[in-house]
Amino acid sequence: MPVEVLLIEDSPGDIRLMQEAFREAMTPTNLSVVCDGDEALAFLRLEGTHAAAPRPELILLDLNLPKIDGREVLTQIKSDDDLKMIPIIVLTSSEAEGDVVAIYHMQANCCLLKPTDLDSFKSLIKTTTDFWLSLAKLPHEYRRPMDRFPEDTPIPSHGPQARIARNVSGG
Amino acid sequence: MPLQILLVEDSPGDVRLTKEAFRDAGKTVELHVAVDGVEAMQFLRKEGAHADAPRPDFILLDLNLPKMDGREVLALIKQDESLRSIPTVILTTSDAEADIVHSYQLRANCYLSKPVQLEQFEAIVRSINDFWLTKAKLPQQVLS
Repeated sequence: MPVEVLLIEDSPGDIRLMQEAFREAMTPTNLSVVCDGDEALAFLRLEGTHAAAPRPELILLDLNLPKIDGREVLTQIKSDDDLKMIPIIVLTSSEAEGDVVAIYHMQANCCLLKPTDLDSFKSLIKTTTDFWLSLAKLPHEYRRPMDRFPEDTPIPSHGPQARIARNVSGG
Repeated sequence: MPLQILLVEDSPGDVRLTKEAFRDAGKTVELHVAVDGVEAMQFLRKEGAHADAPRPDFILLDLNLPKMDGREVLALIKQDESLRSIPTVILTTSDAEADIVHSYQLRANCYLSKPVQLEQFEAIVRSINDFWLTKAKLPQQVLS
């Protein structure tokens, strides 16, 4: 089963690079892309057109986003008991040391500085995908919904457990 | 100034392997070792014999430790306003789903399972060096 990854990024060029890098990664992934903070939160909370969205096992978050800023998205995910265990890799263009400390303080799992030249960017994404997809252990708890729902358990219609129920019906 | 790494690990063999693997990776790091959870917290809080301890840039934490468990060390680090920004990576023999999820819930930055074979152990330390210490941006304190 491919690893579910959510990319939150508004630059078409960077999206394209990431898509290529993930296609070439050793571990198969299903990469979903959303382009602003509002949509990212809707995707994660299964709202609106994202009602059937997969639950990501890893998130890549660009810090500078339209609408809801990346910092706000990070804070909201990390204060949500249903979502906070999903590892978030933050991509930033700012090298200011104070920003990096603040990003870790907001509980980003990792912070990467976006290089400005193409080759460095590709190499960064390759090392990142190799490490996080092949070596790091990701929290796959939602992959085994049947463990949590014995046959006689009523399936709730909303809330975090409904997500699991939907994943079951979706295969 | 070399990167300051705190390794919280009670197995002398694993400490030695980690040291050698970092050295072989060619990275100049200063590796500090705490052999149990209590010592790790003393080091981080600069208490007792660790009054002059540097602030680590990066922490490698085993889960199964004497005196104070690694889970408790992780929780204490991530609840402490002054320590929580230090990237803390779990390196443990446990592969249990419950440990993985629980560690991320306690805000571990990353979870790695410790391989039992020597070559794989060296490879994982090399990967930590290549990704975390080389590519990732660590919250190093600016020294004036």
